[in-house]
Amino acid sequence: MVDKNRFFFQHYGLNEQDLERHLQAALSAGGDYADLYFEYLSSTSLMVDESMVKSASQGISAGCGVRVISGERTGYAYTDDLSPERILHAARTAALIASGPAKTPVVGFQEKPARSLYPITLPSVDAEITAKVELVMRADKAARAYDSRIKEVRASYSDELRNILVVGSDGTFAEDSQPLARMNVSCIAKTDSGTSARGSSGGGGRVALDFFFGEKTPEYFAKESARQAILQLDAREAPAGEMEVVLGPGWPGVLLHEAIGHGLEADFNRKQTSAFAGLIGKRVASDKCTIVDNGTMPWRRGSLNVDDEGQPTQNTMLIEKGILKGYLSDKLSAKLMGMSDTGNGRRESYEHIPMPRMTNTYMLAGEDDPGDIIRSVKHGVYAVNFGGGQVDITNGKFVFSASEAYMIEDGQITAPIKGATLIGNGPDVLTRVSMVGNDLKLDEGVGTCGKDGQAVPVGVGIPTIKIDRLTVGGTAKKDVGGFMQ
Amino acid sequence: MQYGQRATAFQIADSRLQIETGSLLNLRFKIANLKSPMQTELATKNQELKTDLRDLAQDIVRRAMAGGATAAECVVREGDEFSTLVRLGQVETLKESGSKAVGVRVFNGQRAASTYSSDFSREGLDRMLKSALELSKITSEDPFAGIPEPSQLGSLSGDLDLYSADVYSLPGEERIDYARRAEKAALEVDPRIKNSDGGSFDAATGHKIFANSHGFVGEYRRSYCSIAAVPIAQTESGAMQRDYWFSVARSLGRLDSPENVGRIAAQRTLRRLGARRVKTMQVPIVFDPMVASSILDHIFEGINGDSVYRGASFLAGKLGQKIAGDQVTVIDDGTMPGGFGTSPFDGEGIPTRRTVVIENGVLKSYLMNTYTAKKLGLQTTANAARGLAGTPGIGPGNYFLQAGRKTPEQIIFEIRDGLYVTEFLGHGANLVTGDYSRGASGLWISGGELAYPVEEITVAGNLKEMFLNISEIGSDLVFRGAMACPTIRIDGLIVGGE
Repeated sequence: MVDKNRFFFQHYGLNEQDLERHLQAALSAGGDYADLYFEYLSSTSLMVDESMVKSASQGISAGCGVRVISGERTGYAYTDDLSPERILHAARTAALIASGPAKTPVVGFQEKPARSLYPITLPSVDAEITAKVELVMRADKAARAYDSRIKEVRASYSDELRNILVVGSDGTFAEDSQPLARMNVSCIAKTDSGTSARGSSGGGGRVALDFFFGEKTPEYFAKESARQAILQLDAREAPAGEMEVVLGPGWPGVLLHEAIGHGLEADFNRKQTSAFAGLIGKRVASDKCTIVDNGTMPWRRGSLNVDDEGQPTQNTMLIEKGILKGYLSDKLSAKLMGMSDTGNGRRESYEHIPMPRMTNTYMLAGEDDPGDIIRSVKHGVYAVNFGGGQVDITNGKFVFSASEAYMIEDGQITAPIKGATLIGNGPDVLTRVSMVGNDLKLDEGVGTCGKDGQAVPVGVGIPTIKIDRLTVGGTAKKDVGGFMQ
Repeated sequence: MQYGQRATAFQIADSRLQIETGSLLNLRFKIANLKSPMQTELATKNQELKTDLRDLAQDIVRRAMAGGATAAECVVREGDEFSTLVRLGQVETLKESGSKAVGVRVFNGQRAASTYSSDFSREGLDRMLKSALELSKITSEDPFAGIPEPSQLGSLSGDLDLYSADVYSLPGEERIDYARRAEKAALEVDPRIKNSDGGSFDAATGHKIFANSHGFVGEYRRSYCSIAAVPIAQTESGAMQRDYWFSVARSLGRLDSPENVGRIAAQRTLRRLGARRVKTMQVPIVFDPMVASSILDHIFEGINGDSVYRGASFLAGKLGQKIAGDQVTVIDDGTMPGGFGTSPFDGEGIPTRRTVVIENGVLKSYLMNTYTAKKLGLQTTANAARGLAGTPGIGPGNYFLQAGRKTPEQIIFEIRDGLYVTEFLGHGANLVTGDYSRGASGLWISGGELAYPVEEITVAGNLKEMFLNISEIGSDLVFRGAMACPTIRIDGLIVGGE
């Protein structure tokens, strides 16, 4: 039995009988499982440009998605009108995927005890707009004050509150209220001689507005963004070819996300389309590497109390001391593969079908001193910040672009380099990890992951690591050798 | 393109997103648009189209003005989508739905703010208007803010051939059959094609209404349908490759046959099997049309008014200067009948037009909306693009590089050693500095022929030089979206490998 103050019950007059009736309609042509996903999303965004608050927006979108699973088939329909008639219509549309005698949903919903990873009394979407204006204006001021060569600054603040309700024909009943907030500062630095460079920084999480007035201030993000832009003014061309690569702690964990994470999403492995298919129990990384996907970290951008199928999230071991241990699953893949549901079923909105997605993916700390790692490199690249990356999960090839990187020469960090891209092969890049630092760091809370056109917020993390051999794509011609044409 | 999207992408929302508005929500709309770039709106017989939503949009503008706004704009969008994916002969997903939303932008003198809602109840719309009016009190006075002059507003007349109801005319089973046939054709090409990410059929229609306080109101519909196939081939050693092909059209009758789509997808996949790496070297590079359009996209990013007035592009201030190879002529034309980038008016209610962006390598015009044109002391090129909320951005019409005379085969034939790129991975282009470095795969050119597949390499250079070094342009210009580019050759790039 379900009680307490239900958002959708209160605001849309839903009740359990309605929900059961809709699920019944969804299973009216058979099928193994049906669920309803209700979403009510409110959001705010502000941007300062040229020291003016040029735009401010707020908005609300709400809807319900109905899914019916029959074997490996999924039927899906949604409505932005939450009246019983429209939901029922969507349920009947989704039901078209199945063709058989009607099934009956389990009677009586069961709500599992859920965590409270983001216990916020006043969600930031409901906070005073003037406080948010102060944040972006302060960021603008701090970035410009950092260095007179900072000529352009854009600072933005955005937040949202997503109320969800998931009910399933197996009795699933889960509700959550998911806050998300983030600041971003981007800068362009210009010298009198005409050299330009850009910098960007940001962060946040499932936090209240006071996070930006205490833990991570606008000045913090502004200085980091300005620092990167100024640094890049003097960057030299990156080398090209294979060499030793050291990744700094934190955001460079995007390597794990691309090289490993996507390849371990259960849907790709169920369909045998991932380069990691069939490798459970096999070595896919050096024994220094232990990697998890952890949706249960308080306040983090990638965390969730329950996933978008109503399943509580968990801390899932992906790679333990180099051995592949498990995949990330949603309900459908868990059932078809006979594995447990790891609580990774996520979707962008009520308009989308859920699928296995990452939450916060990171490598556990090792024992090496980060300084020793740098000192061990004769000629290589030290990459500390990245723009973004991409992977082709079938052949395993991944790419990511360094936005802040340096040369390492004879164990010393020397000049900053620009425009370096790192490229490799997912199933073997981590076998070449020879050192793992004791300095695990999670990213600041800026990651958005796209898969099949659906964007979801995620986190990444990594300690300082050394990869013995990785291809760097730069433009410095001295490394090109005798192949000039 | 998105049909390759099962390759997954990860990126921090960078400055480009902030340009769009910086909000989480707009990220949603952006991604949704990416998924089927042409589905959002497309129109026809504008004069005849008069719906209730037109009254709604005008009413919202009136109420915003009555509430104290000095100017106001309203956008209403509604759309329907259908998609099905068949994998290994079985239906895997079937999706059918529709939704609508409304957004309002109000001005309080030189201050602007916007709100949107998917709730069309009286209460929902009241709340939307009230918050917009309140928000417009806290934004800054921007001397350049405002809506276009009344004299600028208008809509192209005549049938732009953007909407065809036939995209939904197929019965459910036949739609599924289109997807099934595309996949089947791919699977039958070669025994090495053992797996598949499926065949798909998608259809969508969109309806957009725009009104502002100068009395402008316009609306149009657009339709879209596509067939795609994503086969996976495997060598005896177990190494897998995947590629895709698709056909997209505004009407069902103009789609390629599912069999053709499947066969081409299979050929594109098979030619990747046994890919090798290459040594780091500098060679001429030929970009196939699909990847060449990304170079054209970088030019767009560099010449759009927003990047230009901020100095966020190395092309800022280069009007009248040589920025690309002699043969390079780039056009933006929002008026082409049936085009994927066509609309009767832009996101601010200004009739679309044809703009010569680059002529024989010389930069002739930036692409702008009203705001960025004012900032630059120029006239808008009617390239305002807008979502439901936020400041209008800048989007292309039908934006293309004019075709040359040589066939792709001729261009390849002239190269002794070189790289033919068929896919890029990652996001390594920096328009501020021009630094360019991306992951790539494709085919090695040896003795004027495509010799063997290559992968896990990078292509790096600087866009400033790359644009100037476009030395050959193919005759193969085909529109598969709003941006189109024929095969091109660029010299001087570094291929990074072993």
